[in-house]
This record gives sequence, C-alpha cells and structure tokens, in this order.
Amino acid sequence: MAEVYVLKIRIKFQKSGVMKFVGHLDMMRYFQRAIRRAEIDICYSEGFSPHQKMSFASPLGVGITSDGEYLDIDVNSTKSTAESLAALNKTMVEGIRIVGYRQLPEHAKTSMAIIAAGRYTMTYKEGYDSPYTYEEWKQVLKEQFFDQDQFVILKKTKKSEREVDLKPLVFDFDVTEDDNIGFSLCVSTGSTDNLKPELVISSIYEKLGLTFDPLAFQIHRVDLYTKTGDGQFLSLGEMGEEIV
Amino acid sequence: MNKLALSDEILLSVEKSARYIGNELNSVVKDKNSVDIRFAMCFPDVYDIGMSHLGIQILYDMFNRRDDIWCERVYSPWPDLHKIMKEKNIPLFGLESQEPIKDFDFIGMTLQYEMCYTNILQILDLGQIPLHSTDRADSDPIIIGGGPCTYNPEPIADFFDFFYIGEGETQYDAIFDLYKSMKKGNYSRKEFLHEVAKIEGIYVPSLYEVTYKEDNTISEFKPIYDDIPVSIKKQVEVDLDHAPYPMKPIVPFVQAVQDRVTLEIQRGCIRGCRFCQAGMIYRPNREKDVSVLKEYAHQMLRSTGYDEISLSSLSSSDYHQLEELLDFLINDCSKERVNISLPSLRIDAFSLDIMKKVQDVKKSSITFAPEAGSQRMRNVINKGLTVENIMNGAGQAFEGGWNKVKLYFMLGLPGETEDDMRAIPELANEIAALYYDTVPKEKRNGAPQITISTSFFVPKPFTPFQWAGMFPPEDYLDRAHLVNDHLKTQLNHKRIRYNWHEAYITVLEGLLARGDRRVAKTIEYVYNHGGIFDAWSEYFNFELWQEAFEATNVSLEFYAYRTRPEDEILPWDFIDIGVTKSFMLREKHNAEAEMVTPNCRMRCSACGAKNYGGGVCFENQN
Repeated sequence: MAEVYVLKIRIKFQKSGVMKFVGHLDMMRYFQRAIRRAEIDICYSEGFSPHQKMSFASPLGVGITSDGEYLDIDVNSTKSTAESLAALNKTMVEGIRIVGYRQLPEHAKTSMAIIAAGRYTMTYKEGYDSPYTYEEWKQVLKEQFFDQDQFVILKKTKKSEREVDLKPLVFDFDVTEDDNIGFSLCVSTGSTDNLKPELVISSIYEKLGLTFDPLAFQIHRVDLYTKTGDGQFLSLGEMGEEIV
Repeated sequence: MNKLALSDEILLSVEKSARYIGNELNSVVKDKNSVDIRFAMCFPDVYDIGMSHLGIQILYDMFNRRDDIWCERVYSPWPDLHKIMKEKNIPLFGLESQEPIKDFDFIGMTLQYEMCYTNILQILDLGQIPLHSTDRADSDPIIIGGGPCTYNPEPIADFFDFFYIGEGETQYDAIFDLYKSMKKGNYSRKEFLHEVAKIEGIYVPSLYEVTYKEDNTISEFKPIYDDIPVSIKKQVEVDLDHAPYPMKPIVPFVQAVQDRVTLEIQRGCIRGCRFCQAGMIYRPNREKDVSVLKEYAHQMLRSTGYDEISLSSLSSSDYHQLEELLDFLINDCSKERVNISLPSLRIDAFSLDIMKKVQDVKKSSITFAPEAGSQRMRNVINKGLTVENIMNGAGQAFEGGWNKVKLYFMLGLPGETEDDMRAIPELANEIAALYYDTVPKEKRNGAPQITISTSFFVPKPFTPFQWAGMFPPEDYLDRAHLVNDHLKTQLNHKRIRYNWHEAYITVLEGLLARGDRRVAKTIEYVYNHGGIFDAWSEYFNFELWQEAFEATNVSLEFYAYRTRPEDEILPWDFIDIGVTKSFMLREKHNAEAEMVTPNCRMRCSACGAKNYGGGVCFENQN
C-alpha cells in the first residue's frame, strides 16, 4: 500500500464564559463532533471503532478560562486557514472561539510533546478581597520569593510527598492591578515538572500564615509555549504556517 | 452570555457542573419578551439520563418551532446540588434562560418509569411550586404529566394539574392556543383547567372524583362536570412520516447515556407479548418510510457531528424496510466513519450478516430475550420465540465466530412453576453444549460465555396481566436461588453466569404502577423524609418506603400482591387506549389456556386499535 500523506494541523481556541465548567474529557468529545460538523478531513485510526487523530496540548482544569488552548490533528487534506476557521466557528457554541488553524512541518512533534511553559493570570473574584494592596504585594513577593535562593514546598501527590523547589519552575511572576488585584505567572508546564499556578500562590499564602481559598481566584490561561533551541519561549500558536 | 443561576462556588463544588449550565449545541435561546408562553420540559432524573430521552427532543423541537413559545429543559439536580439548593433556597431554573421555572407558564414532565415519582416532588419542591395541584395559585405554572406512566396517573394525580394521555404530536397546539386566549381574557387557572379538560386526551384529575368500597376497591370514578369526558382517549399520531422530528437534536457536553443520533423507525409493536405494556399502549404499530429515515439520518448526523447512530423501536426486526435502511446506513455512513449501534434484532442469518459488518465478532455478543425458560411459559406470555428459533440462531452465530450469548428472562410470571424456572438454566446449558457440537476444536475462539439475566415480572396497567398478583421480595429471591441452584447441576455451568435483579425495587414498582390516588400521600411521605432518586440503587431506601406504608395506611398486599378480580374497577379504567378491556380479558384467558395469539400481521385479533385509522391495521388494503 502506498504511504498516505498526512498533514499536521494545529488549532488554537479560546474558552470563556460558562464553558469554563466543561471539563477536559467533555471538551475532547465536543471537538470530535465539531470537527465532523465543520467537515474537516481528519484522519481516523483503523478498526471497528475508528477514532480521530487528535491530541490536546494540556488539559485545562474546570473553572479556568483560556485564550491559548491547542489541539493538534492529522488531516488528509485541508482548506485554507480562513475557510477552516470560518467553518469551525460557524459550528461553535458560545464561549468557544477558534483563533488559529496552521499547518505544521511534516515531522513536527505534537504540542503535548513539546510544551514547556504556560502563562496564567489569577485575579481576585468579586466578593473576595486581597489581603494586601498592590504595593504591599510587590514587597511580599520580593521578600518571600525573589530574594530567596530557593522556594521549597512539600508537593503532595496521590502516591507520595516530596520537596520541590518552585523557583526554577517559575519563569515570570508579578502582581497586576487592573480592576482587581491579581497575579501574572509563567510556569513550567508539561509531562515533567508541571506546575499549576495556584500552587505558587497558595504556597506563598502558606508561608505568610494566610488561609488560601481556591475559589477566591479566577484563573485564566493566557498562552502555552515551547522552548526553542536558543532557550526562548515560543507560543505554540506561532509555530507552523497559515494555509492560503 | 447569560448569567448562570448558580454561583462559581456552587458549580465548582458539585459533580459534573456542566449539567447545569445549558449552552449546549442546538439548544434554543429566545428573547423572553418576544414569546407568549414559557415552557419547561422536564425529565425528573439526572441530566445524563434525561438528555438521552427522545420524546423530549421531539417536543422541544416541535414547541420551539412556534415563535410564541420558548421551551427550555430542566432535570433533577443530583443529590449534591439538591442539598445546596435546599440550604440556600435557590429556585430550580430552566437550563436555557437560567431563570426560575416557577415563573414559567407550564412545566411538562415526562414520566418514563415509576421509580422517578419522588423526583417529581423534588422538581416541584426545588422549583418552589406547591406540591399539590389544589394548593397552586393563578401565578404558579401549570404542571403537566406525560409519558408511559400516565396510563395509570392516579398515584401521582394530586401533584399534576393535567395529564396528556398519548403521543404529544396531536394536541399541544390546541392547548397552547387555548391557554393564550384565556390568558388574554384574564381567566383563572380553574377556568383554564375546566376548558382544557374538554380537549381530547387531556385528563384533569381535580375534575374527577373517586369513591371507594368498604373493601378499599373503587366503587365509582366520575367527572364532577357534565361537559367533560367520562373516559380519556389516548392520542395517536397516525402520520409519522409528516410528524415533526428534530433535525437538530441537542448535543450535551456531559456524556449522556444515549450519546448518539437516535432514529425512530416505528412506533408500536405487532407482537402482543402479554407482559408488555409498550406493546399495548403504543398500538397500532406504525412504520416510517425508509426514504424519510434516510434523509433524517443524513441531516441529524450533519447537524450534531455524532459518530454513532442507533435505531429506536420496540421490535426492529419487524420493520419492513429494515434491510434497505441498514444497507444505506452501512454503505453511506461507514464512509463517514459513523458507527451503527444495532438494536436487539431477532438473531437469524440476516441479522448476523449485518452484525458482522458493524461489530467486532470477537468482542460482541448475541442477545436472545426468550423471557421465559419453558415453551409452556412462553405460550402463556405469548412470546413467539421457540427453542428451535433460539438454537438455530445460536448455532449460526457460533459458526459465524461468536462465542458470547446473553439471555434475558423474567421470573415470577403468572402461573410460573418450578419446572418453568428450571427450564431457564437448562436452556442456557443446551446453548453452551451446542457451541461444542457446532464449532470444531481448532476453530474455537475460547470457551462459550453464556450470561443469563432475570428480572422479576411487574404486572402493568393495560396488559392482559394487569389483574395478576405479585410476590413478596423474599419469594422472588427464592425463585432466583432456585434458578441458581439448578444452574449448578448443569453440565456446562462453568460457562454460564447468572445475574438477577433487585427484588425490593420490583415490588415497589409494582405498587406504584397499579396504585390509586391514595398512594400519593405515601410518595409524599417518602420525599418529605429524604427519599429521592429511587431509580438509583445507591439511593433507594426500602425501609423508608415501608415506614411510609405504615404511616399512610397503604399496603403491598392490597396494591401489589393481591390478584384482582376481573370485575373490579381498576384505577386506570377511565383511560381508553383504543385496545379494549374485552380484548385484554380475552388475552388473559388465552394465557390461562396457554394459547398463543398470532401477531398483527398474521391475523387481526380485533384489539380495537384499528379505530385510530392507520398503521399495521390497514397494511395491504390499498
């Protein structure tokens, strides 16, 4: 049998509003159907229950919104970026918007395999007060985090507890002040050294003797990145080319 | 985007919060100021179950085609959310608007099984709507019941303003038009209920009174006004090819139990099994034309993106154009990578050939539903499946590579003897033996795996067994143990697994199915003492029900175990399903004489359903 030529496509989407309550497995099923509705010529596995060749970059927790979600698919053929975006967006529910559709190089690895970092914001929700002002937070972060050589926490998993130094896993960290006080963090993401942004904030709360309420924050994923050969972070959405 | 009825804090603390947010693909959002009627369509069980129900999708689509109506959906909040809503006094809301259903014009509940009855009260209670029809004010919504349980609506009559008996396609336009005109004229709720009671198929329980004899049986059932019908006529949609059908069904985010395109190929059944309520209440059997179905399949797959389609009917093998339909689905849909989920087909060369094309033979099993183990008992229940049919089908399946067989039976059927029970494992043993006889050693794909499942028979209204007595739970369990013990004496018993159903739920289902108006207070007692989700074994609490029987003076003996005399007025006698009571009696006597009645295509048995003017009764007459 002749080798079938497969194109690799990366789709970028945003998740907002009530859709933040739809969990990862449900989102996977949602996209499997959306791909069919939009008549994207996706590749299927063989067998009695063929499944689509599709993989997500990094699962997003329930309650979190995002401007940078990615799924990679294999297709047999494709229309242009503009046409595909239009076809997909025509069949989206409110709260999901497709913002990228790019072709990856032939031997590109999946986003899941190359993901290195994620940028997040964490903002106090209405009805929840920050224990500090913007300036106080600046000072707290300097003393508790930046001026320290290490920021060691006890990381608990289902199986074990181990000490982890968060400092090398946090690439960028700052206080923000728009309508509400919040934090902007760029943290290590991927199959190894995956760090959730809320763990950074809750650990700081703990060091300060404050009680951390996870419901106090709206977490938002800004984007996901890979690390290039020269050590720079590159948005997963900037890889590959648009199709004309 | 709409603001949600529940806060982030609540939604992040309950299981599967996507059940409560609406916003699903193909759900309908309208401007509430542009409609005259707001309708909440309810399935009183959890979202994942309710979203699987075809009837709601049909009516949701049909209602929303009207510009003057906005139909939304509401399901039972799972116990985790139920508790929070009670504590915080949050009113139950429609999924689409996220607004309280107490402000709607109508709430329509589909009642698919008796074990959801406490959930009816949950919906009303969380909805902050009075539980009793008589306590509702003009500003409260009108509560409508529909679905198969309404063929005996009496145990829940107190909780509903009216019941719609039969298929929803026929009368809702008339109901809505009447409601709109009376709303404009500022008529009261009471006046509306009196008028709606004149529409054929509508039963307003508060306008009928029941008196009882000293022995607790019904003495008389009659309307309190002269201008409303004495008996309520079941509604039937005769022309299914032109009836509304949802081309854009809602696609849930949360995985529903039936998460695929459902193609209804026919309604009703020609078979006339004597235990089967659906086989009687959906008479006459009506088929949809295959060309209509092909078009529906195509459109629904496109609008949903589902990769699976299943056929819906009571007996798919009896559908005339099944071969053409399956050929189409296999050839056209397989190209599009659509899986075909086969309904239980009669096992023969044709169905095995189809199954081979769409399933992995090694993984799949073939299913027989003999329902009874002995031929004598199968004659009693009028299940026209013989040992030869089963053995031929199983033999062909074994030759075709299958080695897994599932067998479904009922225990506790009227007149069942120990021989009839023993025949169940004996039949399973014969099938296992047939495998060794049929398949040579070198071709065997492991040992045969036979699974027997037995449920306990529940007599239902509008069946020839509606007079039959049930047995106490311990008695059912004895029957299951007898089957199990006898199974162990069979040569091939190691190849056979046996499962039996819950006996306590069975007797309760029997009581609720054939109860009268006095059972309502029992249901209310259970709900008020914390009973909900009785259909879920982890929530079913038989002790609580027993306590309720005691407190409300209702007995299993009277409602479930007792054999009812033929001349007793049954609580549901005022409903006219087209199939006559004299036919039911004739069939009861045939059962007692172990006589088989031919199916509707072989010969008309004059059941009465021909009066509806369509379907199988008029086949081959053009």
